[in-house]
Amino acid sequence: MATLRDIQRRIRSVQSTQKITRAMKLVAAAKLRRAQERILAARPYAAKMGELLGNLVSAASGSDGAPHPLLEPREGPRRQIVIVTADKGLAGAFNSNVIRRALELVRQSSTTEVTLVVVGRKARDFYRRRPWTIKRDMIGFWDRLAYSHAAELADYFMQQYLDGEVDEVVLVYNEFRSVVVQRPVREQLLPIPRKAEGETDGTAVDYLYEPNPKAILDELLPRHVRTQVFRALMESLAGEYGARMTAMEAATKNAKEMIDVLTIQFNKARQEKITKELLDIVGGAEALKQGAEA
Amino acid sequence: MADRLTLEIATPTRLVVAETVDEIVIPGSQGYFGVLPGHAAFLTTLGIGELMYRIGRDESSLAVAKGFAEVRNDKVIVLADTAERQEEIDRVRAERARDRAERRLSGRSDEEVDYLRALEALARALARLLTAGRAR
Repeated sequence: MATLRDIQRRIRSVQSTQKITRAMKLVAAAKLRRAQERILAARPYAAKMGELLGNLVSAASGSDGAPHPLLEPREGPRRQIVIVTADKGLAGAFNSNVIRRALELVRQSSTTEVTLVVVGRKARDFYRRRPWTIKRDMIGFWDRLAYSHAAELADYFMQQYLDGEVDEVVLVYNEFRSVVVQRPVREQLLPIPRKAEGETDGTAVDYLYEPNPKAILDELLPRHVRTQVFRALMESLAGEYGARMTAMEAATKNAKEMIDVLTIQFNKARQEKITKELLDIVGGAEALKQGAEA
Repeated sequence: MADRLTLEIATPTRLVVAETVDEIVIPGSQGYFGVLPGHAAFLTTLGIGELMYRIGRDESSLAVAKGFAEVRNDKVIVLADTAERQEEIDRVRAERARDRAERRLSGRSDEEVDYLRALEALARALARLLTAGRAR
């Protein structure tokens, strides 16, 4: 049976853990709000871009296939998989979900045909010790995530695609569904999928183009890819904070339950101790009385 | 047909302007062009320069660089890589950028010069200074 002091020590230890988890939860909540605002702020640009893309693709399409190499699907088997995780853990299954999802995909291709780009320390640490080729990693930038990070990555992917180094680029990242729900998704980045969002619009607008649709498309496509990468990174970041907030909330609650149980144990033990002491005193007094009578 | 224009200027990170205006002058890649209500549907790439819009007698301007401008049904949407309002422009920084770019272009610098990049940097700095200059 644990002594009173042992129990007390455990209570204190759980309490200090709880303090940390609660602080982490608050920090994650504040950062989450900012990350969500950034996603919202980026939406008008991305939405319009998608619409223009649909219009331009149909305007620039001639009879001779895709109007731009980035739109042209290729038969080749070389696939580049981009895995986006956080740098830090303590966010529930956030990182392991996406790593597992990516692993399924990675195993579909033979080791020589697949190359990896790892974003976030957790992805790098996982794949570094495994047989696949990591072409590039990006780490330690999450705190100051900017459009330029996305642009740098996107330009790298496009360069490789245009140079014929890879035939397909796929993103695997955590999609931000809501504060409590993040879902690992895979998304084809290159070649740019033809079911461009804007085509749901239906009405192809008869623009005056300057200089011409092809030239505008050449400018638009790289920006479209950068925007896609930027959105994926922002969603992952918001998802990370959401997951951490949820995980730390659960941890704080568990700590509270544990403290409650330990406190009951502590009181029980204290009471038993008092009872025992009383019994000793009564027993002692009884013995003295009997001695005096005798 | 509406007798005014709706203007939206967005960058990858934020919506910079959303207003109803009377006239807009946009730095297109093929030169500046003006937009008044009733303009035909038009799609072009942006250059680097000063974008001006007028509401009544009030004129505002921004330094914009690269992207697209769409005119359609009296709605003008500008998607720019960067867009800064007059009051947001850091004059000192722009001046420094201009000097740096000029030094590179003049060939007096030891660094390896990416000519196109330096030229673009110069254009951006000049656009910012031009836009900021209007404030005085």
